[in-house]
Amino acid sequence: MADERFDVVVVGAGPAGSAAALTMASAGLKVALIDRGEFPGAKNLFGGVLYRKQIEEIIPEFWKEAPLERVVTEQRLWILGSESAVTFSHRNEKYKNPPNAWTGLRAKFDPWFAGKAEQAGALPIYETVVTELLRENGRVVGVRTDRDDGDLRANLVIVADGVNSLLGKALGVHREWEPGEVSLAVKEIISLPKEKLQDRFNLEDNEGCTIEFVGEMQQMAGLGFLYTNQDTLSLGVGVMVNDLKKKRVKPYEVLDALKQHPMIRRLIQGGEVKEYAGHLIPEGGFNSIPPLSGDGWMICGDAAQMVNAVHREGTNLAITSGRLAGEAAVLAHSKGDFSAAAFKQYDQAVKASFVHKDLKKYRGLHGLMTADDAGTLFDKLPQALNDAAYQMLLVDGVTKKEKQAAAVHGLRDAVGGNIDLLKLGIKGWRAMNG
Amino acid sequence: MSTRIEERLFMIRYKADDKSHLVIKNQETCANCDAKECNFFCPADVYQWQASESLTSVAFENCIECGTCRLACPDHNIEWVYPKGGYGITYKFG
Repeated sequence: MADERFDVVVVGAGPAGSAAALTMASAGLKVALIDRGEFPGAKNLFGGVLYRKQIEEIIPEFWKEAPLERVVTEQRLWILGSESAVTFSHRNEKYKNPPNAWTGLRAKFDPWFAGKAEQAGALPIYETVVTELLRENGRVVGVRTDRDDGDLRANLVIVADGVNSLLGKALGVHREWEPGEVSLAVKEIISLPKEKLQDRFNLEDNEGCTIEFVGEMQQMAGLGFLYTNQDTLSLGVGVMVNDLKKKRVKPYEVLDALKQHPMIRRLIQGGEVKEYAGHLIPEGGFNSIPPLSGDGWMICGDAAQMVNAVHREGTNLAITSGRLAGEAAVLAHSKGDFSAAAFKQYDQAVKASFVHKDLKKYRGLHGLMTADDAGTLFDKLPQALNDAAYQMLLVDGVTKKEKQAAAVHGLRDAVGGNIDLLKLGIKGWRAMNG
Repeated sequence: MSTRIEERLFMIRYKADDKSHLVIKNQETCANCDAKECNFFCPADVYQWQASESLTSVAFENCIECGTCRLACPDHNIEWVYPKGGYGITYKFG
């Protein structure tokens, strides 16, 4: 391996790394694509939803061949009470043609996507861990792997090594994440006969449904999800790590409790658990994004905290950042200029894209999730909303006027008074519109 | 009603190395740690305080490589690296 020199070494064959590798290999660059798994995706996990737009920009009409699960035609949001839910949803035939998003499984999608980079000419080097970056005079000049004689030299290293990003830390571009900058998600794959699954979720053919839920997270800031795959369900919950530490609750116990909730229990009933999995999710948002490039390197995807928690978007941000890094590399290669200044093109491209703009919009959210009153937002308020809905729809002789007053009181008390309710409202609005 | 963690982990394909990729830097630190939060937040129950031996045991072969312990240990007392290439977990679904 030592004799070979590459234009670019990409570390991590997830969506970001494979998008970068594909972009560069297609333009004729000599690319090595390294992944530590037995195959790309072997260790990867998401909720998960894959969006059309950003993949299509790299592979037109990819959905005709990519391993996808169901076309998302309905999205539901459940605000859970202890034995109830207030629900919102949107279903639209327009989401079918062209499809807006699909449910997916990473052990299937990632190998396919990395395979596209391989077909374009990227050299796959899997089952290989990058242990450190090679540096000369402060410049990154390659990587050291855990293979014998495993140094690879290149003009550029693209760091797409995921949420833990040990290389990002080695570079010093970001410090260790704080427990408040990540959530821990645990997920189960539950199999159900296809017909039963379609009946339970009101689906025809290849239609799919996603459900997000808040509330009932044992006083922690967290979000649950239930997605329909072909003949399995993806059920999971992500909880802020700082809250998990505080509450001393095992993450899978949160999942177990949710599986008993009357809204969820009936949907998974009779299903067989096929897989248990866990992964960290970047939650720091805009304020946690590190510098994106430097002398001999660029960083993409989860490794750069590019996740939009509000819209549960991640793979699409990763893919776009990978493509933009790849394009910057292609430009640098064409000019023969691999200076740090040349890679600033990538920073600028990210800044001009939806990745930067969307994360900026929600920059205040992180503060809201890690604030001392996160328990209010994620626990008391959902219950109060459920209580209010219950009372409003219960016909028990109490006048509507009295019911309405009680509902408002309930919500106010949940957050600790009128002023606090107002403050929370303003804070929430600002968090969503930074 | 709930699935035991052993049953959950049984569903994941592991190729365990002989050598642990997770190392407690200093067992004294664990002995002096009141919270012992690692006994709770790990999604694979890798860490368990063994009072009789006064040490934190590390079931590294159960690790699902999430990284929570690395950043959540209040003393950053866990040395965390990836398992060797090709070792550790392989998801079927992901």
